[in-house]
Amino acid sequence: MSDPVLTVTELAIELPAGADRLFAVEGVSFEIRAGETLAIVGESGSGKSMSANAVMGLLPPGTRVAQGIAKLDGVDLFHLDDAGMRAIRGRRIGMIFQEPMTALDPLMRVGEQIAEVFEAHDVLTPVERKARALALLTEVGLPEPERAIHAYPFQLSGGQRQRVMIAMALALDPVLLIADEPTTALDVTTQAQILKLIKELQVKHGTAVMFITHDFGVVADIADRVVVMRQGKVVETGTAAAVLGDPQHDYTKALIAAIPTGHPAAAPPSEPRARDVVLEVEGLTKTYVTSGGFMRPARVVHAVKSVSFDLARGETLGVVGESGSGKSSLGRCLVRLIDPEAGSIKIEGAETMGQSVGQMRIWRRRMQMVFQDPYGSLNPRTRVGRIVAEGPIAAGVPVKEALAKAAELLSMVGLDASAVDRFPHEFSGGQRQRIGIARALALDPRIIIADEAVSALDVSIQAQVLRLLADLKARLDLALIFITHDLRVAATICDKVAVMQRGEIVEMGPVAEVFGDPKHEYTRKLIAAIPGRSESGPLGRVRAAGA
Amino acid sequence: MTGFWSRFRRRRLAMIGLIVVALVVALAVAAPYLYPQSPWKMVQRPFLPPFANAMVPLGTDTLGRNVASGLAHGAQVSLLIGIVSTLVALAVGVPIGAIAGYFGGLVDDLLMRFTEFFQTVPSFALAIVLVAIFQPSLVSVVVAIGVVGWPPVARLVRGEVLAQRRREYVEAAILAGQSHFTIITRQILPNVVSPIVVLASLMVATAILLESSLSFLGLGDPSVMSWGYMIGAARTVVRQAWWLSFFPGVAILITVLAINLVGEGLAEALDPRSSRDHH
Repeated sequence: MSDPVLTVTELAIELPAGADRLFAVEGVSFEIRAGETLAIVGESGSGKSMSANAVMGLLPPGTRVAQGIAKLDGVDLFHLDDAGMRAIRGRRIGMIFQEPMTALDPLMRVGEQIAEVFEAHDVLTPVERKARALALLTEVGLPEPERAIHAYPFQLSGGQRQRVMIAMALALDPVLLIADEPTTALDVTTQAQILKLIKELQVKHGTAVMFITHDFGVVADIADRVVVMRQGKVVETGTAAAVLGDPQHDYTKALIAAIPTGHPAAAPPSEPRARDVVLEVEGLTKTYVTSGGFMRPARVVHAVKSVSFDLARGETLGVVGESGSGKSSLGRCLVRLIDPEAGSIKIEGAETMGQSVGQMRIWRRRMQMVFQDPYGSLNPRTRVGRIVAEGPIAAGVPVKEALAKAAELLSMVGLDASAVDRFPHEFSGGQRQRIGIARALALDPRIIIADEAVSALDVSIQAQVLRLLADLKARLDLALIFITHDLRVAATICDKVAVMQRGEIVEMGPVAEVFGDPKHEYTRKLIAAIPGRSESGPLGRVRAAGA
Repeated sequence: MTGFWSRFRRRRLAMIGLIVVALVVALAVAAPYLYPQSPWKMVQRPFLPPFANAMVPLGTDTLGRNVASGLAHGAQVSLLIGIVSTLVALAVGVPIGAIAGYFGGLVDDLLMRFTEFFQTVPSFALAIVLVAIFQPSLVSVVVAIGVVGWPPVARLVRGEVLAQRRREYVEAAILAGQSHFTIITRQILPNVVSPIVVLASLMVATAILLESSLSFLGLGDPSVMSWGYMIGAARTVVRQAWWLSFFPGVAILITVLAINLVGEGLAEALDPRSSRDHH
């Protein structure tokens, strides 16, 4: 076996005084060899990004390396001066970040940004730099590299931007590539392409890759070895097959168990009762026309294009699709946050389209929404009890009564009664999402629309919130529309799924049918892109054994 | 509210500012008791330097009027005009900005063009014209300062409301069935109150300066003593009697500075996240 490229021994990073713990990471040791991918897995706050930042010498202000050694090819990284570190960054260590839009300079052409990497390390002549930039863009598979080199970041898609980032990171042929959640912001199909690209380039250049992620599916696809972190400590290390196939630590086991399996959690309750349809949607259409302005044709975007479906009590409809597929617009059209221009929406048989604003207010009580962003969806200046009670109060319920009911709802979603008097910022992401669910329930709706309601949460929290939603649905006999980009989540919780592409439902049917035997090509593409799905991989074997 | 106060109290500069403002307010309130006589009344020989006579500690002006009495009565006028004209500007600017930002589209266009119409005219020139048209009086000065002061408020509030408008909690409020008025006043405005309070405190300071400038030019209310008038009246004798412009000048400086410090402290203390996050 070759010598390790990077060895980190007993790393400890000190947090500023007053943080929730003394060390961001403590006693962390790992090594990466050439051509090997080490995945560092953990939930938010586990210290996985901090470890990478320490290696890059990019720790946030207030934190510092308290102890430990990081050796890159024998060079001690923690005892280099700034100039020494700059010579290493970019040249010996490349880095890719989660959000390529913010990691790229928005006002600089792509080609210049890549050339700048060479300029910073003073290699090559300007002409050669440009040629290399073009070659790199070709290598990372950007379509039409001759044109892309003159493009600004905003003119590229998310996946293309991430390709540019990879080109920059690999420009000087580094021995180590640090990838910090590089595919988290991307759609599944793009994610699959980027993972494939990283793997290909790694094989070609023999680069060591330190891959930071929260997604065990991605780990199963890309990692050779795995380090599992929790609250700043390494809980388990080993080869990917060993860690995923035979996890030793309880935390790893819990994490793997929390991954949405893609199979319905339990056999759907055999309910011979008649379908009691609460929502009928027909021909729902919303088109955006951006005025083209001078000498430019107007752009027409079909956000939602003649969408039809119905939904009965106790049913869960999953709406899946990639970003821009119109799935969120569909949800917002249903509750009329966006005004659809055509179609019919019937709630319990009564038409709601073309109703006055006042009547719409009453209809909305039947159909409530759980939002995506656990931070943005709760008013930071309002106490939690009031947030939950807002709806009933607006509907005319006396404030005292509404607040009492809010307390009840909060305990129903598993929060302490004292939550009523606290502000949203005192709660964690998962707890906030519970508050959002309590708010949606406050008006006794028939239908709940959950728009990416668990996307911002860690897997273990995600599993809890999904269980809560399923439980509430059964108890209150609700109809649920679950909008998500994550097919695994959809498969776990839904009865029916609708696959959306460019505003249209391209395929709809029972989960087992759509995912087991997809008819539409786009559905097949989506399913093929799910990370860690191969049943012969380590994760697949675990599932097979557990099932 | 106790949380707010404990956060505010921890900012030393803001506390100093608050104490100074409190002293100025106390001076203004106490003026009629400290100097029951009119500040326009001649009490001593003209050009009496400060600290020469215990009866007139800050000296006398060109006509033998008591400078200390003028400062005390001037504090009343300055604070009154500063606060009332800011309230006028807020009363006009906040609704216009909130409506423009919340509804957007044509409403936004119309209101913002209207706002820009006021902004394109140099504010001091506009204030002079307004005061000149309506005859100098307390009311016309307050109105003039309010009229030139509201456009920045409207623009700020519009921008802040526009940013909040897209947040999911506003959508949730729409789904809860709240009316537009409730959403603006109960949901959005509490979230934009910090920048408004900060701007308002700065505007009190600017208003005091503006009033002083108008009085300096002789456009203040001729029947009330003000700091600006005192400086204006003393400008011809700056070389013989420095104290006539120095003391009112220092009064303006300290008051404006103190109000700014309070404003900054308010901005930080009003944010409930600012302290509890880093204990």
